[in-house]
Amino acid sequence: MAEYIVEKTKENLVYSKTPVLTDNVMHYCPGCSHGTIHKLIAEVIEEMGVQDKAIGVSPVGCSVFAYNYLNIDWVQAAHGRAAAVATAAHRLYPDKLVFTYQGDGDLAAIGTAESIHVCNRGESIAVFYINNAIYGMTGGQMAPTTLLGMKTATCPYGRDPQLHGYPYKVADFVCQLPGVCYVTRQSVHTPANVRKAKKAIRKAFENALAGKGLSFVEFVATCNSGWKMTPVQANKWMEENMLPAYPLGDIKNE
Amino acid sequence: MGEIKLMKGNEVIAEAAIRCGADGYFGYPITPQSEVMETLMERKPWETTGMVVVQAESEVSSINMVYGGAACGKRVMTSSSSPGISLMCEGLTYLAGAELPCVVVNVTRGGPGLGTIQPAQSDYYQAVKGGGHGDYKIIVLAPASVQEMHDFVFDAFDLAFKYRNPVMILSDGVIGQMMEKVELAEQRPRWTDEEIKQMHDSWACTGKSAGRNGNIVTSLELDPYRQEQFNYKIFEKYARCEAEEVRYEEYLTEDADYLLVAFGSSARICKKTIEIAREQGYKVGLIRPITLWPFPSKKIKEVAVQTKGVLVAELNMGQMVDDVRLAVNGAVPVEHYGRTGGAVYSPEEVFEALKTKIINK
Amino acid sequence: MAKIKGTIVVDTERCKGCEVCVASCPCDVLALAPAVNGKGYHYAHMANPDNCTGCASCAIICPDTCITVYRQKFE
Repeated sequence: MAEYIVEKTKENLVYSKTPVLTDNVMHYCPGCSHGTIHKLIAEVIEEMGVQDKAIGVSPVGCSVFAYNYLNIDWVQAAHGRAAAVATAAHRLYPDKLVFTYQGDGDLAAIGTAESIHVCNRGESIAVFYINNAIYGMTGGQMAPTTLLGMKTATCPYGRDPQLHGYPYKVADFVCQLPGVCYVTRQSVHTPANVRKAKKAIRKAFENALAGKGLSFVEFVATCNSGWKMTPVQANKWMEENMLPAYPLGDIKNE
Repeated sequence: MGEIKLMKGNEVIAEAAIRCGADGYFGYPITPQSEVMETLMERKPWETTGMVVVQAESEVSSINMVYGGAACGKRVMTSSSSPGISLMCEGLTYLAGAELPCVVVNVTRGGPGLGTIQPAQSDYYQAVKGGGHGDYKIIVLAPASVQEMHDFVFDAFDLAFKYRNPVMILSDGVIGQMMEKVELAEQRPRWTDEEIKQMHDSWACTGKSAGRNGNIVTSLELDPYRQEQFNYKIFEKYARCEAEEVRYEEYLTEDADYLLVAFGSSARICKKTIEIAREQGYKVGLIRPITLWPFPSKKIKEVAVQTKGVLVAELNMGQMVDDVRLAVNGAVPVEHYGRTGGAVYSPEEVFEALKTKIINK
Repeated sequence: MAKIKGTIVVDTERCKGCEVCVASCPCDVLALAPAVNGKGYHYAHMANPDNCTGCASCAIICPDTCITVYRQKFE
């Protein structure tokens, strides 16, 4: 069989790291969804040419260090308060692209009030909500989105609704608020889903810049160290357990 | 002569904010200061100067909106009262920890807990000793009149940006709710986005300028030794502030045998006490700290040592008295007189306390 | 019949050996290398380079953006 040697030339280049990503190696655990989501946001920022317009608001949680990985202006918010920080940044710079990047603890536990009210005010920003049903940075505690029966450091015998209440489906809440124009659940555990997720990010940013109201993009994600699985197992477990509870797809798209 | 008006303290905070070129106000209703936001909403500055006014869902959200606005290099502020300021304390230490400029007005009311809505000065500790965690300071200005409420908004913003630190205007329900004549300053233009980039491009989040990496506004540091260096750095800043920004008012201290130390509305009561005392032959003077931090320790010591004793009159159970004692350092007796919970003493009561605790001691 | 062939370059020092790319490759090209990088991770490498079509599935899913992809058409 003839030997086909692909020359690594510029013409043959199909995919490479976007310059919007910094050279810092990400601190995330191997296989963590955060890294993939960061990359997609960086790629969309590059493609839309808005690196000089983007103002990101990072949370407290594993992704607090998002500011080390995307070379844009970042404001790191107190735990749960990214939506408030973003509201001010957006109101004061209406022509800039303001977005928050938050985990489930940040957005759906301590930041519930801020998250609901930024949606209710219909701020034209994008909210990226990474739902991996656990507190990663602090070492695997229960989150508002932890599934029933799921074991974590603070529900070691499995989440019991009598003790810990029920998994909280934020997207189904915020889609009812008139100020919200786009609500979708995405994931990055397969190449096909990665491509869809990237389109959703693009749509959210376009909505934000067009002043159409708030775009809420939930990423159903994995935390393989918190779930105590390998990354590949975590992706599989997510498909079988998380996605039925948090079905993917657009919930609202005006 | 600027425009003269008869205005409430709270209303003039709003008016001064607009005129000093503030970019944003983010607040939440709480008695006795809701008129600040009401006035702003009524004046609609977004149609004239472009100033943004947002009613948030809580004081926690308000101070974090201020954090967001400050991180963008804008002149932003909030106002609240005691319980609300407690909710803002985390935000204040984050603002200090990220070296962000902003103005926070506390129209103090009686506490603790839900407390009362009448005036008090029981948030002194919280303001000057830090209501939030960690080693940090905020500059605290204490107005004693509606005119000072106006003037201190301008001063607070200038100090906030000079030191890139939160500045608190510590007022109380009396000054917030009373009406007085006030001379209003001319409208000062807001900074344009380009001006902000010129002045603050090294730190502010304005959208990444070409030729620089993204700015990161955070107070997070995982390396304790770098955090330690940062803390040393901000305390050098605070030392400069202590050297340059101390403000106080001296009243009839030249021949004083006895000294009153009081701030804000209490100082006004004490001036009446001095009048009564002097009519009865007691030479009493007053030092009114205007900056509660940096505290006028040197001045208080300087005057106190020439007197036979000091009475600190404050609407609380004794807070500023600590700093006066530290300043006087035992040179002369320092005693406290106070009422609390929203109750306010009369000039005569202060005079009685001065006699029993200091003069006839 | 024209043939499309691809190849990838893995930044072996950045790779954390999470194996997600291996699972996502439609042509079974990838595997974790027996060797390890400076951090002790078995990095991804092309076990069956000839199968690679340059579809970039591995690259787009990689959480650490370690993979660069090339593709060439052969007549």
